[in-house]
Amino acid sequence: MKMKKRKEKFDLLQFIKLLPMYIFLSIISFICVFPFFWMFFGSTMTSNQVSSGTITLGSNLADNFSVLLEQTEYLRAFGNSAIAAIVTTILALFISSLAAYGFEIFKTNIKDRLFTVLLLTMMVPFAALMIPLYKVVIFFSLNNSLVSVILPAVATVFLIFFFKQSFCSFPREIIQSARVDGASEFRIFLSIVFPSMKPTYAAAAILTFMASWNNFLWPLITLSSNANHTLPLKISTLSSSYTPNFGVILLSIVIATLPSIIVFFSLQKHFVAGLTGAVK
Amino acid sequence: MQNLLKGLSRKKRNMVLGWIFIIPALTLILLFVIIPLFYSLFLVTQSCRGIVCETNFSGNIQRLIGDPQFLQALKNTFIFFLIQVPIMLTLALIFAVILNNPKLKFRGVFRTAIFLPAVTSLVAYSVLFKMMLAPEGIVNMFLEQIGIGAVGWLTHPTWQRITIIIALLWRWTGYNMIFYLSGLQSIDKEIFEAAEIDGASKLQIFFGITIPQLKPIILFTTVMSTIGTLQLFDEPFNIIAGSGTTISTMTLSQYIYNISFVYIPNFGYAAVISYVIMFIAALLTIIQFRIARET
Repeated sequence: MKMKKRKEKFDLLQFIKLLPMYIFLSIISFICVFPFFWMFFGSTMTSNQVSSGTITLGSNLADNFSVLLEQTEYLRAFGNSAIAAIVTTILALFISSLAAYGFEIFKTNIKDRLFTVLLLTMMVPFAALMIPLYKVVIFFSLNNSLVSVILPAVATVFLIFFFKQSFCSFPREIIQSARVDGASEFRIFLSIVFPSMKPTYAAAAILTFMASWNNFLWPLITLSSNANHTLPLKISTLSSSYTPNFGVILLSIVIATLPSIIVFFSLQKHFVAGLTGAVK
Repeated sequence: MQNLLKGLSRKKRNMVLGWIFIIPALTLILLFVIIPLFYSLFLVTQSCRGIVCETNFSGNIQRLIGDPQFLQALKNTFIFFLIQVPIMLTLALIFAVILNNPKLKFRGVFRTAIFLPAVTSLVAYSVLFKMMLAPEGIVNMFLEQIGIGAVGWLTHPTWQRITIIIALLWRWTGYNMIFYLSGLQSIDKEIFEAAEIDGASKLQIFFGITIPQLKPIILFTTVMSTIGTLQLFDEPFNIIAGSGTTISTMTLSQYIYNISFVYIPNFGYAAVISYVIMFIAALLTIIQFRIARET
């Protein structure tokens, strides 16, 4: 009993000692979180209420929603973004991990050298690649289609590197014994290696999905017609219109951000691993 | 397939099988990375008006040297890089060190709050900032109420730059903090304890142990932020757009975009600017590696 009391007193002292830190962190946290609150409240208000500076729970959410659906082709943009992100993620995970498996499990000198060359291309900034890439896309008449957004993101050196790192530590004995049992190489990959690498795949999936879902510059270049616009393009267009409806714009941002927030809070560990990549 | 390969030696088998796994990805990388890279070597020699191009490499270089818009974009990009990256990484390091204190309560809550901006898409948060910092937006209303008065966040050339820097800080500080936090957690705690027993002050521990131990991660975040800042596009495009003058925040990426899709398209000259970005990125990366090796 006596011990417990002493411990509480100690905690209080510690708390007071750290009080400046708590105040500092609270202010920083407030700055970080305030735009989210403003966005959520704003999406329920009329345009006038938003620009008058009030922050309350409005009653205009349903109206904003119907304006967004009926007047802005928002649903179509949402669909385009979802298709692009889902197809990209599935293909990227499959094709990039397959290549990583080839590079790591069937190591040869030539493959190692080729991989080093590929790693070098990772240093090329996208801004330096986008114009010749656009020319290639035009050459294949892929411009203004979702294919042009999906295909270049499917096989990325970064993802191959990410998977190669984790295949590196996969126990070879298991693969060897599966071979002895007569399983084909592809079968070994699909039914033995793939299931035991789920955390890696989850992190890579989040990383790829987010990159595709949020991509702006490349779709801006290749998708010229309104019907093919993805969500970031739609939000950008809405916000630069001559008579912006603030409530509607904020709702469009909320909807576009919600998937990321949900994934973040439900899979925090994988999410951080996905964002920060293979650095450990 | 398996039967076909059975006769081969282990080494040959590995060679053939591996390529089957690699070829789909390799084809795509060839098409969308390698070929564009080589194609850009040809593009830089071209000067175009729309689809009509002529070979004029020296003309491109001459235009580059005397191009006031290019110099302005270069200057803007460097201002963002030189001011924003050091402030962001210092703040991220400070937050990480504070949040690494095991005596601190609610660490998870603070960490989540500070990291949360990294969840937003670049366009979403840019538009959000554009609305909050509008001439009669919520931030100016607040500033007027406390007596400071409205600020031309989106309209005044200097404030436009400050706006971009503030936005970048908001979006990326927490993201970088996560790298430092995971780095701090992997440092052996006994090193800190030994230093404390030896009577080292907090500052001495920070500069003598924390920073040297985190050096690889600091280098990594610096290189990543450098390459990211050199390619800055979404923020100036979406925050400053439609507010009159945009020249004081036009970045190199934005200039490439303008040359290719806003003005009369000149893909040749755009490819020249692309090479400038690639060159600066490589140069800065090498410099940063050198500094890290020497200190």
